[in-house]
Amino acid sequence: AASPSSFAQKRLSGKSRAFHASRSASEDPLSPPSQRSRAHDTSTELQPMPTSPAMDTAAQDVSLFSSPMAPEVDVSSPLMYGTPSSRVEGTPRSGIRGTPARQRADLGSVRKAPQVDMHSEPVSESCCHSPIFVLFLQRFLQQFTDPNSREEENAGLDLNEPLYMQKLDEISVVGEPVLNVNCSHIQTFDADLYRQLICYPQEVIPTFDMAVNELFFDRLPDSVLEHQIQVRPYSALKTRNMRALNPEDIDQLITISGMVIRTSQLIPEMQEAFFRCQVCAFNTRVEVDRGRIAEPAVCRNCNTTHSMALVHNRSAFSDKQMIKLQESPEDMPAGQTPHTTVVYAHNDLVDKVQPGDRINITGIYRAAPMRLNPRQSQVKSVYKTHIDVIHFRKTDEKRLHGLDEDGEQKLFTKERVAMLKELAAKPDVYERLSSALAPSIYEHEDIKKGILLQLFGGTRKDFTQTGRGNFRAEINILLCGDPGTSKSQLLQYVYNLVPRGQYTSGKGSSAVGLTAYVMKDPETRQLVLQTGALVLSDNGICCIDEFDKMSDNTRSVLHEVMEQQTLSIAKAGIICQLNARTSVLAAANPVESQWNPKKTTIENIQLPHTLLSRFDLIFLMLDPQDEAYDRRLAHHLVSLYYQSEEQIEEEYLDMAVLKDYIAFARTSVHPRLSEEASQALIEAYVDMRKIGSGRGMVSAYPRQLESLIRLAEAHAKVRFSSKVESIDVEEAKRLHREALKQSATDPRTGFVDISILTTGMSATARKRKEEVAQALKKLIQSKGKTPAMKYQQLFDDLRGQSEAAITKDMFDEALRALADEDYLTVTGKTVRLL
Amino acid sequence: MPSVHDWINNPLGIVDGLFAQSNSCPDWEKKIVEYFKEKLKLNDAHTWVPSLNDVPLHYLKPNSLVKFRCMIQDMFDPEFFMGVYETKDPTSNSKQVKCGKYKDITEGGQVDFNSRNTVTSERQTFYCVPIPGESQWNSFAGASQARVVPSTSYVPNRHKRSYEEDDEMDTQPQQMKDGSQGAQSSTESHGNIEPKRQETEAPSHDSSPSHCTSSLDLNFSLPGEKGPACLVKVYEDWDSFKLNDMLEVFGILSVDPALSVIADEREASSLLDPTEGMETVEEQRVHSPPASLVPRLHMLYAQPLVHNNPLLPSSVLENNGDYLSSVLGELASIRAELLTYLTHVLLGDSLAAEYLILHLISNVYSRRDVLPLGKFTLNLSGCPHSSPFTEHLYKVIQQLVPSSYRLYMSLYNMNNQRMVPRKDYTANRLVSGTLQLANNTSLFLDETQLEQGQLDATGVRNITALGNLISWQKVDYDFNYHQMEFSCNINVLITSEGRSLLPSDCQVHLRPTLNPPNLEEYLSAVQVVQVPSQLNKYRIYLSVARALNYTISDEITKAVEEDFVEMRKDDPQSMSAEDLHRLLDVARLLSLSHGQNTLSRDGWMKAKQLEALRISRTPQQKCVNGNEP
Repeated sequence: AASPSSFAQKRLSGKSRAFHASRSASEDPLSPPSQRSRAHDTSTELQPMPTSPAMDTAAQDVSLFSSPMAPEVDVSSPLMYGTPSSRVEGTPRSGIRGTPARQRADLGSVRKAPQVDMHSEPVSESCCHSPIFVLFLQRFLQQFTDPNSREEENAGLDLNEPLYMQKLDEISVVGEPVLNVNCSHIQTFDADLYRQLICYPQEVIPTFDMAVNELFFDRLPDSVLEHQIQVRPYSALKTRNMRALNPEDIDQLITISGMVIRTSQLIPEMQEAFFRCQVCAFNTRVEVDRGRIAEPAVCRNCNTTHSMALVHNRSAFSDKQMIKLQESPEDMPAGQTPHTTVVYAHNDLVDKVQPGDRINITGIYRAAPMRLNPRQSQVKSVYKTHIDVIHFRKTDEKRLHGLDEDGEQKLFTKERVAMLKELAAKPDVYERLSSALAPSIYEHEDIKKGILLQLFGGTRKDFTQTGRGNFRAEINILLCGDPGTSKSQLLQYVYNLVPRGQYTSGKGSSAVGLTAYVMKDPETRQLVLQTGALVLSDNGICCIDEFDKMSDNTRSVLHEVMEQQTLSIAKAGIICQLNARTSVLAAANPVESQWNPKKTTIENIQLPHTLLSRFDLIFLMLDPQDEAYDRRLAHHLVSLYYQSEEQIEEEYLDMAVLKDYIAFARTSVHPRLSEEASQALIEAYVDMRKIGSGRGMVSAYPRQLESLIRLAEAHAKVRFSSKVESIDVEEAKRLHREALKQSATDPRTGFVDISILTTGMSATARKRKEEVAQALKKLIQSKGKTPAMKYQQLFDDLRGQSEAAITKDMFDEALRALADEDYLTVTGKTVRLL
Repeated sequence: MPSVHDWINNPLGIVDGLFAQSNSCPDWEKKIVEYFKEKLKLNDAHTWVPSLNDVPLHYLKPNSLVKFRCMIQDMFDPEFFMGVYETKDPTSNSKQVKCGKYKDITEGGQVDFNSRNTVTSERQTFYCVPIPGESQWNSFAGASQARVVPSTSYVPNRHKRSYEEDDEMDTQPQQMKDGSQGAQSSTESHGNIEPKRQETEAPSHDSSPSHCTSSLDLNFSLPGEKGPACLVKVYEDWDSFKLNDMLEVFGILSVDPALSVIADEREASSLLDPTEGMETVEEQRVHSPPASLVPRLHMLYAQPLVHNNPLLPSSVLENNGDYLSSVLGELASIRAELLTYLTHVLLGDSLAAEYLILHLISNVYSRRDVLPLGKFTLNLSGCPHSSPFTEHLYKVIQQLVPSSYRLYMSLYNMNNQRMVPRKDYTANRLVSGTLQLANNTSLFLDETQLEQGQLDATGVRNITALGNLISWQKVDYDFNYHQMEFSCNINVLITSEGRSLLPSDCQVHLRPTLNPPNLEEYLSAVQVVQVPSQLNKYRIYLSVARALNYTISDEITKAVEEDFVEMRKDDPQSMSAEDLHRLLDVARLLSLSHGQNTLSRDGWMKAKQLEALRISRTPQQKCVNGNEP
């Protein structure tokens, strides 16, 4: 390889316009004082030290590019302490020469010996380092446009203009000298360039830096930046999964996703040691090589041996933090424990993430041999691996901020999508999917259909502008019925099916476990918000078993979640509103162990009607008790017991397809109401209102209309249709009616009465209550002027008088009603008139 | 050609030899594995290999081939190592290409990191512990097989050895090797470390808790477990292994003292050099424990164990048609004897004994979406409170099954025991819990030990975990930020006074017909009568019956359907879908217990009778408070 200095000259002559390698800048008389003082020290020290002869070409290339920037670190101040960025620059500067480059610790130390060498193919230096390559990169920046961009970061940019040029403008305004470059953009621009970036990030990225800076200061010569712009590529498609990392990825640019499980404290890492001769005060600098400093034994100025002393506060340090990353639970095969990787964050990426964060990181995968003992030549034959992070991207950030489905969009192959679309085109896709849902649970077709629609969900609408806030798109379902009707099994199934599912039992969960709580981290004394099941299942389904066993306190938090889809927290000084756009699938048992068909739903499960009305569909799971059903059920169960392996295999395939189908529909299909469908919905609603109005009851509320819309949208999603059509409305109506028939039928009259669910009492029951109260009032009035009466006697009298059976409950209710009228009060066993 | 002793005593020599032979050929790795597989296949060769389960660690020769019957307790992160590396002799400047596979440490000369010949490979580390709850008889049976081990360095009955002897013993084979191979680690280092090893004593042999074991938690699932834990390095197909799998690992034992040295040094130096050792001290301790306590085992070959009954051939039962038919011939008589025995144990209650047999041969044979099929959790109610009965019952079961554990459900235990395994992120390991058990372990829940009182948060969590285990045959491991579901296959037997507070598939109320004046004496007497050969028959019977296949013909399906409809017609309340589930389970297990592969009409009727008898005993109190199983 060419010697460093000759190369630098070559480059200078090649591109003499404005760009100066930063090393030459330090010799430039125009450079700021900080750099001039550097030049005093010793110019020879600035030369990269000759490396060991065994160094291969790749390593030398590195030194060519990172070393010119490294000496740029300002060390003039005697109080230099900590990171270069922490110092305050007095004089304003501009232009590339005036802006100090900042050491890129993420790209590794300059003189690191070659890492484990996996490349059989030598670095194509001619291409990688030539000015042509720089020009080529600049052309990418200048020309690349992405008209179809959906990324959040690009909001507000003109998509038809060159994307990265706009970003450069942004940098000059914002002053944050970091340019994030999407690797997939590079790939579409030039596949070969992309390959080089992935394979030789250590070489390409510094070149990229150069190209960007040159371009930036050409374009905006007057900008003032803290340091030179650093390029941070992200979304390298090389690796998505931690499990797939293998020795071939070493020293390559990779992107993996995972969850942060631990972060270390900030570690100041010495980049460059500063030595001063005790005899002649001659200064010298030594770069840190693989964590070790080669202390100069002889002063080169006065030739005194062992006179050099380390001056700590003039040495250069950079920030470093260790982060432990664990595989995301979704990526893991069943029955294995998650893998972890060590990640090092440098400089301003330190403290960017917290334990618990889900992140995508892009970085360079490293492996270094472990020495057993510095004194021994024996080496443990194992490498230590870590990732030097270049770019973080939080994937769960959107949970706190706006909508962004992009982060978790599953990547489907073209064939898969074609297969799913083919399935969607089938006329009976709805039935097919619903029968693929929990096949081990027999029948309950409508319930499965309801759950299927819940899995798809409605279309998200935003009415924040008009002040209504978000319009709930999630469908909530309540299953109630006899114990032992496989409700729990259905819940378990759904929980296993959806990626963001949570399963809790009403018995075991507290309000805290459901919502979120504030915890003090014992190490950092920092307050951390720990999220509970509801927040965790944002964009998913929260399955709550034994809903009826939940304490009232716990249930009350569901009110907000189930309608507003948010969760407000005011605890320990943290006041915030978290998104909890979760669908709730709950199961409740009747209070008296067996469902009492003579009672209404509310009476059977004893849940507040305010909560019940928030469920779109309430199903009863009862034993149908008819012969044909029994026969089919028996057949189904017996076949469960001896089904062959292949059949089971097939079914599992179905579950995978179902999963993908749902994931695809949720992210790619956003149906809107068609004119015709709107009409149908209006009619349906009016019809529902009419049913009740004949008997002086209200049989539908706006909430029911919203439910219908959601169901219709979900059904359209099942069909992969971008429009809600009348068949969707038909099915929504049918399902809604079916559910109502089961849950809102007044057992006394046999009519469907929505007020059972909305007010907790059927209209007839309310009428009856009033009648009893009136009868009681009459009875009391007939007794004349008795200020106080015995409770029991009054009850007996009333029972004797009335021809219908009066229960104690009814009597109590009547008393309460009269008390409300301020007619009487009940104290203990006596009833007093007022 | 290498002799038998060579491939057991010096497998690395063979590895190196094969590596040298196929110089540049890339399939040398395969050849090595094939070689050892072939060797092990030869007439019972695998019984010659000394077992880490039975032979104390300090009697085993370093770098020899050993076997280890174990359960995967934790999986560490994969590590990259030098598969092939080049060394440079500083004096002669000669270079040599070496194989780093199956070794922890490079040997000879300076390693040239920049060599073009270096090949980086990947391997996975599993933390393995002996199968939790293995019964005494199980390890005895295993040991009797390993006694034939022709191990040169295996000198029993010699606990205290002098330094000279040690040196002699270790250097002898070492010199042998040096003569044939040349490059081997120096004998000096062995001599130096020997006293240390003697101090630490293999925990399996030493009954008194030594100071070393107390300082290092070997992370066994069950309290009071003993035995060696091992770091197994896996070179192939590690994705095919799952947590809690039972394995018989054949591998090269590595106890190089240098491995422990790093741990010591690191601890001291970690303060000085934070960038070097990013691992916490705890993590260090867990991931590189002293090799004398937790040896490394470089896996050459692993046999997944379907069962851990040493009386049975370890390979899959279907392949052993002859064996199976020989057992099946005797089956009826063994079953009758076992039934009589259990009836005696259960104080003359033959129905309970019948159900106990069904329970003991139950096995989750398949899962339909979330529903595990084949589990048969038995709740034996009516057990007297605070009497030696449950203890003796457990002893009997322990005598019959390969692995078991008795969980005292006392309030203290429920509130304090860690049942669900939890990930410790500081030490980066999975901290085991009582419920981390291998497949087909018998879990004996003793609810008679439970008193009235307050369950705290841990207690509630434990009860929930037990409930999940019984209903879904899964345990949700706690990973702090999320939970992860691990399916399991554990036979749960609950003894209680009344109906158990935990769900169960089947409740049998004990109805003793005998009333011996001294329960304790009676129960011990019943057990003493059983001779070991008889017990062995029972053990084989239970393991075979559990592994049988089962089908239902169409004809019987029809009959069952008819029957169900008929029963529902009379009284729909008496027969729910759940009852049918149970009835089918009972019918299946009953057929299997008689060695029948398919359900017969007769078997169905018997199952119905059995169920009718059982239900007639239990007072109708289904769903006390709307609790669903």
